[in-house]
Amino acid sequence: MLGILLYYFSAQLPEQFAWLIKYPKSWTIPLKYWISDFMKWLIQDLDFGLFTFKEFTRSIAWLLEWPLRFASALLSEGFTFSSDPKAPVLVQRLPWVAVTAIFTLIAYRVNGWKLAILVGSCFLYLAIFGQWESAMVTLSSIVIAVPFGVFIGMLFGILGFRHKNFEMAMMPVLDLMQTVPVFAYLVPVLFLFGFGPVAAMIATMIYATPPMVRLTLLALKQVPAELVEYGRMAGCTNKQLLWKVQIPSARAGLMVGVNQVIMLSLNMVIIASMIGAGGLGYDVLASLRRLAIGAGLEAGVAITLLAIALDRLSQAFVQRDTTSFHPEDVHFLIRHRYLVTAIAGLLIVWIAGHFLPAVNHYPEAMQLTTGEFWSDLVKWLNINYFDQFEAVKTFLLLNFMIPIKRFLLAVPWVVIVAMVALLGYQLGGWRLSVLTALLSLFIAVTGQWQKAMVTIYLCGVSVLFATGIGVPLGMWAALNKKVYRVVKVIIDTLQTLPSFVYLIPVVMLFRVGDFAAMLAIIVYSLAPAVRYTIHGITQVPEDLVEASKAIGCTKLQILRRVQIPIALPEIMLGVNQTIMMALSMLVITALVGTRDLGQEVYIALTKADTGRGIVAGLAVAFIAIIADRLIGAWAKRKKQQLGMEHV
Amino acid sequence: MHDHAVTLSCKGVWKLFGENCEAFLAKKTGIPSQKDVQNAGLIGAVQNASFDIHQGEIFIIMGLSGSGKSTLVRCLTKLIEPSAGSVLFNGEDLLAMPEKELIDVRRHKMGMVFQHFALLPHLTVLDNVAFPLAIQGIKRAQREARALEVIELVGLAGRETYYPRELSGGQQQRVGIARSLAVEPEIWFLDEPFSALDPLIRREMQDEFLRLQNVLHKTIVFITHDFDEAIRLADRIAIMQDGAIVQIGSPEELILKPATNYVAEFTQQIPREKVLTAKSIMTPISAGTLSPSSFNKTVKSETRIQSFAADVVHDTQDIGVVNADGELIGTLTPGKVIDVLVSGNPAL
Ligand SMILES: Nc1ncnc2c1ncn2[C@@H]1O[C@H](COP(=O)(O)OP(=O)(O)O)[C@@H](O)[C@H]1O
Ligand SMILES: [Mg+2]
Repeated sequence: MLGILLYYFSAQLPEQFAWLIKYPKSWTIPLKYWISDFMKWLIQDLDFGLFTFKEFTRSIAWLLEWPLRFASALLSEGFTFSSDPKAPVLVQRLPWVAVTAIFTLIAYRVNGWKLAILVGSCFLYLAIFGQWESAMVTLSSIVIAVPFGVFIGMLFGILGFRHKNFEMAMMPVLDLMQTVPVFAYLVPVLFLFGFGPVAAMIATMIYATPPMVRLTLLALKQVPAELVEYGRMAGCTNKQLLWKVQIPSARAGLMVGVNQVIMLSLNMVIIASMIGAGGLGYDVLASLRRLAIGAGLEAGVAITLLAIALDRLSQAFVQRDTTSFHPEDVHFLIRHRYLVTAIAGLLIVWIAGHFLPAVNHYPEAMQLTTGEFWSDLVKWLNINYFDQFEAVKTFLLLNFMIPIKRFLLAVPWVVIVAMVALLGYQLGGWRLSVLTALLSLFIAVTGQWQKAMVTIYLCGVSVLFATGIGVPLGMWAALNKKVYRVVKVIIDTLQTLPSFVYLIPVVMLFRVGDFAAMLAIIVYSLAPAVRYTIHGITQVPEDLVEASKAIGCTKLQILRRVQIPIALPEIMLGVNQTIMMALSMLVITALVGTRDLGQEVYIALTKADTGRGIVAGLAVAFIAIIADRLIGAWAKRKKQQLGMEHV
Repeated sequence: MHDHAVTLSCKGVWKLFGENCEAFLAKKTGIPSQKDVQNAGLIGAVQNASFDIHQGEIFIIMGLSGSGKSTLVRCLTKLIEPSAGSVLFNGEDLLAMPEKELIDVRRHKMGMVFQHFALLPHLTVLDNVAFPLAIQGIKRAQREARALEVIELVGLAGRETYYPRELSGGQQQRVGIARSLAVEPEIWFLDEPFSALDPLIRREMQDEFLRLQNVLHKTIVFITHDFDEAIRLADRIAIMQDGAIVQIGSPEELILKPATNYVAEFTQQIPREKVLTAKSIMTPISAGTLSPSSFNKTVKSETRIQSFAADVVHDTQDIGVVNADGELIGTLTPGKVIDVLVSGNPAL
């Protein structure tokens, strides 16, 4: 309301106050040039005496290259034992049969035959649909990036846990790492580490490690106080306490972190291919650029299946109960019968692979492709339903999206900054107010106001739809067991899909533009809205619901008057997550031609313009942080009012 | 008991939670009152606690939840730093002790059992019990042999290879007890060890605890919020209320001479015959004036009424009360015993 009033008021302002409405170009601080210059200085001039900065980063890359080469030889290229890339392969790579069998066996061992079938089928898909070669390139970078990411994440998590000051310094950095779009730091990574799989892996690690740090911290903090006290009473030194009590007790939480690192690494596969990762990501990207729908979809599905297989496997590890083995079967061969069988089988298959090509490479004659089918389907849909698709698109664009965009672009920047500050003050006091005001000022001062508004428009509209669909769906699922089961499968799948995959179908049907972008964002960001709603509603105390039943409320009344009000803070946290996911997807939709900050970051990437990318990336991050802090403060206050969380 | 040496002594121990509690204590001269603490916006979890615990006694700290028992016992072990006061263990100041020495004391002289068991989830029963020995760097064979001994002692033989979550609550606490005994501690702290267990199991564990103590004769600091449990197990009980110790005494003293209404309210619920001994209701006679043989029945002076009441209530004759040396020190009418049983109030 206030905004609208001020808006009309400001329309009457005389010329000399125009700066209140539109941030003047001449006031822009050239931050992006400063950053670019700094980058140049880093790479060209910084010299530590014995070695230059560039030599330093390149040697890190060189160090990482060795394990990566080994993994790639083992899984995809075979060992040549020579630095000449054309040298003949002396020891073959692991045959596809062996890799499939290993993963299936691990799945069986961890969680039984159901998981084994799932994992086995995923790998079979890779072989049958001709994705094996690319998939193994991808997998070899994952199997190296994940352990490194986990190790570094744990290291920082532990340091933060041990040293309060370190934690306080680390938190804002983590916030930024998780909100700055990946594209923004691809350029500096490219400059520092060169183009290729190693640079791609480093970018992947930057993206995938922060959750590990956070989850390590969280898991360590959640170790029951009694256990820590016990450790100290047993006479543990600080070191013993950490390694023998706290870390082992936090195992389950740490495994959740490992799972996150795996999923995020897979999510990065396509983006990483922009700076030389190759593999499945490159296939998707290349097909997307050629608009070769079928091929893109097949590779996209391959990434998804790889993600599902690794996700379910690592989740099974989290939930696994180590049960005691009882004294009668202690003999080594019996206790480790799976391991022994597996190693023996592996050796046989590996050796066989040197003589039987079909064992080593899945025979091409037996490969299937559905590429044609998808292309035909899209053609058919577009021929027969073009008008309908177009009508929906035009309707929503004209009546909904464009008016919102116009409005946001017309509101004076001063008003928005003031409103954000005011909201911050009301929800979280002056600290939050200053933070949100400064962050939004940054966007204006660096001359990105217009693009930021387009970003907020696209993100806002998508979030509106995503919540509009997700929250009711979540409520329905929370109240109905059957619906819950179906919804859970859908949500789990949506969350394992790498973000790029969403682009393929929307571009197929709606071509490039804001509308296609919005659809992709909605689907991508739907999951948290549903998940948090389900959680919020089901955590409403049972006796409250029963008490309402007893006084004669109908189901709908209970929902409206009891369950929703109590679940509201939780639902809002879900909306918050939805906003975060929408923003991260937004940048990726730059590929389908949006005009927002995401596009700015993407252009900076294609032009290798460090400063431009980072400044626009920071703007996206700041929008995310503002939304996150405001909603977080609101939910916290609400929860305290409801007595669900202590002050 | 009081002729035994003092193992643990605490003097004027305070623990305040809240900001600037050091400044608050430094400013105060003399002993701050409950009011002062509250006015300063602090929580006085433990306020001016002083007592001596003697070698071989079971000292129970009893109080409602939130009264500061856990905080007090953590001050005694220096798991938390008291805001003021001193804690002497075998005459040595725990609070002034360097970290290294403190670790040594904890490794060899202290054992602790926790309310929620605090077992390490990733270790088997055997490894959990051997854990404190492993921490000290004792060789595997040796520590496992010792662990097996204590596992046997608490009646868990055969469960060595189980993981904690495969055991019931009672069994898990047995592991907790075995583990704390593995190092043969001098002093044994138990913070509500049986509170998380079902009533039947709790009783069984109390019996088990008394059986162990009969064998081991440890110095014990035992915490509970259950007055029944306290009088079953205690040599002496300290009653805590809102951070302060309001009375310390034997179960009998608490019942016969409650220091405050608060203590009296606790003790009201307790059947007298469970606590009072023959001595407390007898009519004393100076030793040696009468011979025990002049009575049909005699009871020992320290016997609780509960254990002989059924035997004497139908008698018509007086009962003789003898001391530990077999000398007659008093007489008792069946009527007095009935009084205790019926009214719960000995006619004193
Ligand atoms: N770390 C702490 N910070 C603030 N207050 C605490 C802390 N630990 C305990 N308290 C407070 O001290 C009081 C005594 O707690 P505690 O010793 O746990 O009681 P008990 O063990 O008798 O139930 C309680 O009011 C509790 O809220
Ligand atoms: Mg307690």
